[in-house]
Amino acid sequence: MARVEFTPNLQRHVTCPPTHVSGGTVKEVLNAVFAENQRARGYVLDDQGALRQHMVVFVNGASIKDRSGLSDPVPADGEVYVMQALSGG
Amino acid sequence: MSDRILVATRKGLFEVERKRKGRWEVSPMGFLGDHVSMVLPGKSSFAALHHGHFGTKLHRSLDDGKHWAEVATPAFPEVAEGTKPDVNPLSGDETPRRVIMIWSLETGGADRQDTLLCGTIPGGLFVSHDNGDSWSLVDSLWEHPLRKEWFGGGAEHPGIHSICVDPRDSNRIAVGVSCGGVWLTEDNLESWSCRADGMWAAYMPPEQKNLPHIQDPHRVVQCVSAPDALWAQHHNGVFRTVDGAASWQEVKDVPPSTFGFAVGVHPEKPDTAWFVPGVSDEHRIPVDGRLVVSRTRDGGKSFDVLTEGLPKERAYDLTFRHALDVDKTGERVVFGSTTGSLWVTENEGDTWTCVSTHLPPIYCTRFG
Repeated sequence: MARVEFTPNLQRHVTCPPTHVSGGTVKEVLNAVFAENQRARGYVLDDQGALRQHMVVFVNGASIKDRSGLSDPVPADGEVYVMQALSGG
Repeated sequence: MSDRILVATRKGLFEVERKRKGRWEVSPMGFLGDHVSMVLPGKSSFAALHHGHFGTKLHRSLDDGKHWAEVATPAFPEVAEGTKPDVNPLSGDETPRRVIMIWSLETGGADRQDTLLCGTIPGGLFVSHDNGDSWSLVDSLWEHPLRKEWFGGGAEHPGIHSICVDPRDSNRIAVGVSCGGVWLTEDNLESWSCRADGMWAAYMPPEQKNLPHIQDPHRVVQCVSAPDALWAQHHNGVFRTVDGAASWQEVKDVPPSTFGFAVGVHPEKPDTAWFVPGVSDEHRIPVDGRLVVSRTRDGGKSFDVLTEGLPKERAYDLTFRHALDVDKTGERVVFGSTTGSLWVTENEGDTWTCVSTHLPPIYCTRFG
């Protein structure tokens, strides 16, 4: 299972503890997290399910390429970090 | 008369209470450090947050702001893969189908207290029939062919900043759009027509300057007791209608300038309105460093330049479009500025009391 961790800055708005979920892509992994934590979805993804403009997701240290489809693969034991980009407000 | 004002700022929501004549005190109400783009006081109060990274969120309070809880945020429906995006005709940029900011929020009328209307950047109007628990996009406006020709003014994308629900008939709603003119529905959101005839746009070439749907009203307000009277502070002037937006007339001689963002209208006297002028669109500061409020009491034929209690020199305050409000009696008016100053009058603007000079930049003030 992949381990997913969220930026500490998000915790002020919605609690998102580190969690282990199944999924072969970023979309599947995040959907698994948000199935248990629906409020968090809107803080990370926009209306169309794309990564918010000033958010960034790393999989095993590399930022994902497909910000709208979230199709980047996640290894079974992958580490996924959902962070704020340094851009934006 | 209202003794309470809510103030939405770049860094939190504040409450201002009247302690005695001329004495108003500020206290923090919530969301300190967060960008509050809009507030709506009422039996249920609402605060819209504009988180830089985490997007727009909406919070509701059922106890006058003591406690807040996040409710559903208006959102565009997901589009099918391969759907052709809207492309702005002027910029060539794609108009995103995601709520960038909540820019206006009103109840759906005195007879519809559970109905809310929400205007957003990039131009989506949303309606809730359950007091904010859920929202849906008003497709009739979003799918209107001329909506696709709206464009951003100061913001990158167009936005709905003004929502005027006719007190006589809640099915009749006017919305103001930057840049997209004024739009009216008379059948409760079923259909829309653009009602900006008479406005003109200095920022467009001659053959397009009179097109209603590219006008940039910065703010549109409606007189409660005479709802066919509306005022608009437009990008390049002041306009007024007395026939329910069928036609607009330009009010040309507004001292010291016709440029500004905010306008307020007296709830009982449609000829009385207040403005906070700046130099021009390229110089968004008070004329000669002297902050004034311009008031007309005769429908724009003449103006009083109100200065008593306001800074007379070296003032660089700008008042954003939602930062001026008039209370239910029309005697009290409040306005705030980009530099965090807040003034209140209790006599229609003859004299002003400075409430604070060190708030965060002020986006919205509302009595209630």
